[in-house]
Amino acid sequence: MLTLTVNQKEYSVDILPSMPLLWVIRDIIGLTGTKFGCGMSLCGACTIHLDGEAVRACVTPASSAAGRQITTIEGLSDNISQRLQQAWLAENVPQCGYCQTGQIMSATALLRKNTSPTDSDIDKAMSGNICRCGTYQRIRKAIHLAAARNEKLK
Amino acid sequence: MSKIPAINRRNFLKAGAVAGGGLLIAISLPTVVKRLASDKSSGAMIPINSFLRIGEDNHIHIILSKIEMGQGIWTTLPMLIAEELDCDWNKIKVEHHPSGKGDDFKAPKFEQGTGGSSSTLSQFDRYRMAGATARAMLIEAAAKKFGVQPNECRTENSFVIVGDKRMSYGEVATAASKLPVPKIQLRQPGEWKYIGKSQKRLDGPEKVNGQAVYGLDIRFPDLVIAVVAHPPVFGGKIKSFDTGKAKSIDGVVDVVQIPTGIAVLAKHYWAAKLGRDALQIEWDAGLNQNMDSEQQANHYRKLSETKGLSVQQKGDVAAGLQKSERKIDREFLFPYLAHAPMEPLNCTVRIDKDTCEIWTGTQWPLLRQTEVAAFLGLNPEQVIFNTPHMGGSFGRRGTFGADWVMEAVNIAKASGRFIKLIWSREDDIRGGYYRPVYLHRVQIGIDNKGMPSAWQHRIVGQSLFVNTALQDEIAPNGLDYSSLDGVNGSPYITPVPHHAVELITTTYGVPVSAWRSVGNTHTAFVMETLVDELAIMAGKDPVAYRRILLKDHPRHLAALNLASEKAGWGGQLKTGRFRGVAVHEAMGSFVCQVVELSIVDKKVIVHRVVCAIDCGLAVNPDGVHSQMEGCIVFGLTAALYGEITLEKGQVQQTNFNDYRMLRMNEMPIIEVYIVPSSEKMGGAGEPGVPPIAPAVANAVFAATGKRIRRLPIQKELLKG
Repeated sequence: MLTLTVNQKEYSVDILPSMPLLWVIRDIIGLTGTKFGCGMSLCGACTIHLDGEAVRACVTPASSAAGRQITTIEGLSDNISQRLQQAWLAENVPQCGYCQTGQIMSATALLRKNTSPTDSDIDKAMSGNICRCGTYQRIRKAIHLAAARNEKLK
Repeated sequence: MSKIPAINRRNFLKAGAVAGGGLLIAISLPTVVKRLASDKSSGAMIPINSFLRIGEDNHIHIILSKIEMGQGIWTTLPMLIAEELDCDWNKIKVEHHPSGKGDDFKAPKFEQGTGGSSSTLSQFDRYRMAGATARAMLIEAAAKKFGVQPNECRTENSFVIVGDKRMSYGEVATAASKLPVPKIQLRQPGEWKYIGKSQKRLDGPEKVNGQAVYGLDIRFPDLVIAVVAHPPVFGGKIKSFDTGKAKSIDGVVDVVQIPTGIAVLAKHYWAAKLGRDALQIEWDAGLNQNMDSEQQANHYRKLSETKGLSVQQKGDVAAGLQKSERKIDREFLFPYLAHAPMEPLNCTVRIDKDTCEIWTGTQWPLLRQTEVAAFLGLNPEQVIFNTPHMGGSFGRRGTFGADWVMEAVNIAKASGRFIKLIWSREDDIRGGYYRPVYLHRVQIGIDNKGMPSAWQHRIVGQSLFVNTALQDEIAPNGLDYSSLDGVNGSPYITPVPHHAVELITTTYGVPVSAWRSVGNTHTAFVMETLVDELAIMAGKDPVAYRRILLKDHPRHLAALNLASEKAGWGGQLKTGRFRGVAVHEAMGSFVCQVVELSIVDKKVIVHRVVCAIDCGLAVNPDGVHSQMEGCIVFGLTAALYGEITLEKGQVQQTNFNDYRMLRMNEMPIIEVYIVPSSEKMGGAGEPGVPPIAPAVANAVFAATGKRIRRLPIQKELLKG
């Protein structure tokens, strides 16, 4: 038995030790906002936060997350992530939407560390997240917009 | 503004009551698919409807006749209803209809087939008429309650208003449902409040908070996950297999053989995947084990020296070429391309005694339903088809035969279980149904003014539509027009005094399917890089040369002029930057793109893309912008990196490491401009793809003097 804390709630799960966090979150705990895209840490669709750091759940063994805070898109509630989600809507970002939860998880981790990222900061933080619909330009604008709103509200 | 057609209601609008109260407007959609459904299945003709439902709770339910896959139709079709209905935009709820569930009308089945960038233009009148009809009935019902004449009423934000009195649509919906369907008049463009004005996506909120349910997210307590070991070569068969190790993995519940491989069933994906890894299978690779991309190219090259099926012909092309001042002879080669939607293919299936229920994202629910019914020996009505959100498609979820759906049905049947099939990314990249390999062989004679005087054009490749449900429409007599779109009837070829366009259709052991913008993915590249080459040979500016050839094609010209003006064509560029241009018509829209790039260590860096589109009326301008941006990224990804290759019969690529996607750090600035146009409406989901690859190739020529005639571009440049 492994105890995991997901979105501030404790879950006891009986799993294979090698099982990636992605499948524990999706298939066992039942939170499906975290997506499967590649299984090899190549696309970022499965991005979650482990103690606030953006990580790829598809290659993170569940056992390594014991005793740490796991946050998924369903558990985002701080001002930064909410402003990002509002900015995503303001810029009309999503198309198919499948990658967007992972994009927002990456963007949240970025803005928490860097309140006013440059384009190059955004490139560095977001290049691990693939969007096949090609919404990158709007994602960039939404991050800048959320950062600007954060500054205003400081 | 577009012309408002004369209104003929025929019989396609029906009104009725909703169980529990409310007004229902059903729009029947007689289309080609209706005929397909009746032809290709044992079932009778299926009524095809779409719904607008106004509940007593004031909610406006719009049940789509089209499928949302990212293109925005979830928002655009409701805009058309809202335009006439004067409803509260925030009270609109949209859903895909679950085909086969008789909840509102008897046996409602939707056409739903979504492709060819045709949804907005094909539904433009129907959805507005549904909204107008509902509004007229709501007004009439309210007028009766108010004791006034309908023409004394006005409507706003889901209320019928007379003087200072108002009644909500919900309050009068049930009374309205008892009235006969009235004659209505659609609003004039000058009165439009929604059409032509950008709207926020109605599916936005659920897509940013993780609540949107995709096929992969379908969950039930008794559902097991299935992962399939597919043959390493297309068409391969199982010789022998041992499931002992797989079955010993904790969580694996079953292993079954199906026609397309061995399926491992487990309580969750990870156990199923480990089970698949542990299978010991001996494959008979079969007839396709020697497939090889280079050999295929050589074979196609030989075929291109033979005569093909004539598609378009004028004068005497051989004589024309011979007597021309100068001549060029060019070959172009395009690789297989995978669609790679972000959501891997998946399908949930439950087979009960007399029914089969399916959850999967597909562009053709109705066609899928009839295919599954035929396979299981059921009537189409017994197959319930649910369409959750789709994590992209680009054609992959529209394949004929529905490979992944049939695979899932086979697993459910063989195992007797309620299953969800999940393909891994590797299954997706290696799973076929690619944009086909094409080879073009073009010989052009040039006159003393530098203009084309003879043009022989042969295209070699697999057909997308022969032996499919759309054969009669798209590939009559074996002549697949989807292989030719963009060459056949090209404004560059048609006026040439001596010309011949021919098609040589091949068969090859790789399954193929339409890929965003279909034939235009290769034809636009050939035409637009050739015209660029002709311009340079003639000593003319590429934009100016195109203007001469396109002088009788105002919509091409409008897009070309707007994009080149906005891009500052001919103006100064930063040192090391170069421009390229391409203009192409696809799906009834005319798109021009101007690329600005630099090349550093043989690597292409695209800085800026200026795009102009004439799609006629742009119903949701921001939606058109989004689609152009998406098309450009999709096309640029393929142009620079996209390639599926075969060696010893096996696909060489596996995942996003060797089938690369464009990423944030490679993203150019994209500017989109919509040509103000009152011309016929075209599509928006696909026509932004074709021009980007040739525009990049033309800019690469400007930068390096090298003409790219084999894709992908980056690989060609690195070759030296």
